Amino acid sequence: MAKVVVITSGKGGVGKTTTAAAFAAGLALRGHKTLVIDFDVGLRNLDLIMGCERRVVFDFINVINGDANLNQALIKDKRNDNLYIFPTSQTRDKDALKREGVERVMEELKQQFDYIVCDSPAGIEHGAITALYFADSALIVTNPEVSSVRDSDRIIGILASRSRRAERNEAPVELNLMLTRYDPGRVSKGEMLGVEDVKEILSIPLLGVIPESESVLRASNTGTPVAFDNESPAGRAYLDAVARFLGEQREMRFVKPERRNFFRVLLGRA
Amino acid sequence: MGLFSRLFAPQKPSAAIAKERLKIVLAHERVGRGAPDFLPKLQKELIDVVARYVAVTEDMIRVNLGKSGETSMLEINIEFDGAKPKIIPPRNGFGPRPAPPAAPQPAKPG
Repeated sequence: MAKVVVITSGKGGVGKTTTAAAFAAGLALRGHKTLVIDFDVGLRNLDLIMGCERRVVFDFINVINGDANLNQALIKDKRNDNLYIFPTSQTRDKDALKREGVERVMEELKQQFDYIVCDSPAGIEHGAITALYFADSALIVTNPEVSSVRDSDRIIGILASRSRRAERNEAPVELNLMLTRYDPGRVSKGEMLGVEDVKEILSIPLLGVIPESESVLRASNTGTPVAFDNESPAGRAYLDAVARFLGEQREMRFVKPERRNFFRVLLGRA
Repeated sequence: MGLFSRLFAPQKPSAAIAKERLKIVLAHERVGRGAPDFLPKLQKELIDVVARYVAVTEDMIRVNLGKSGETSMLEINIEFDGAKPKIIPPRNGFGPRPAPPAAPQPAKPG
């Protein structure tokens, strides 16, 4: 039975899809059969970030409506055999996600995978609620910035009251913080909320800190989950987060300002 | 404040201000979270009832669901200071009836 992990944040533009792609890729690299689902109906983007946009034939809504079966709709990643992508519809709206239909498809998928990563749309409306409803675990993607932290707090409240686990009085959804677009230099100057500040305010366990990194844009430009780039700080930070998620102890990297290395500057790799 | 002190006064880092503001706003928002859906309606109906007897306005009544340990507590605060009691006309042994605030005359039956 798969574990369902929702990637959510409330606020838009904080790195949910980047995190969903990287986290799913990281789980697959660790040998777990992983599916990443796009719940952002109407604003599909996971296919682009995963680099499979030209292979989409059928989508989530087609499967829910019975117009296609799962085997026709799931896209197998070309770089990793454990990784599958389930794109969503670009033309429908979020109300097309009927809970019963989603539930039926999710139950079927849970038989086939180890992990199901759900990429939530922004907001707290129907689409976002549907994405988090089936979750066993949630990654709260947060930027060190006031509006993002506030919206994360809101979505934490919604997870505690409106998820299926909450409705059924089961053990609560496991919560983890992913702090993204982190700039240790600005934190040390007092210009940005630090790891400890955000942890203290949201009071949930920290799974990973992803530094602001050029490699994230480079990865999305080329349609490669950033976790496949283990040269980049962001890629390594995501792989660390995956390892912690799987129960390993790993020290937090990229939380202190990097000393500028003269030779790296000279080589243009600073 | 002179130019000198303005230039050299220690400034609070903006991140510290952000943290402080977040703590305050979230403490406030978390209180209302998880409150049952009926609270606004209860508040409105309470106002209607109280307004039959006393000239109160909406902001004088506050309904909160608090929790201390295991027990939930419904807290209803009605601010009375300055609110004028209404003159209730007796009505054939039945309970009082809302009188229009502008014309406090006995309501005619029928």
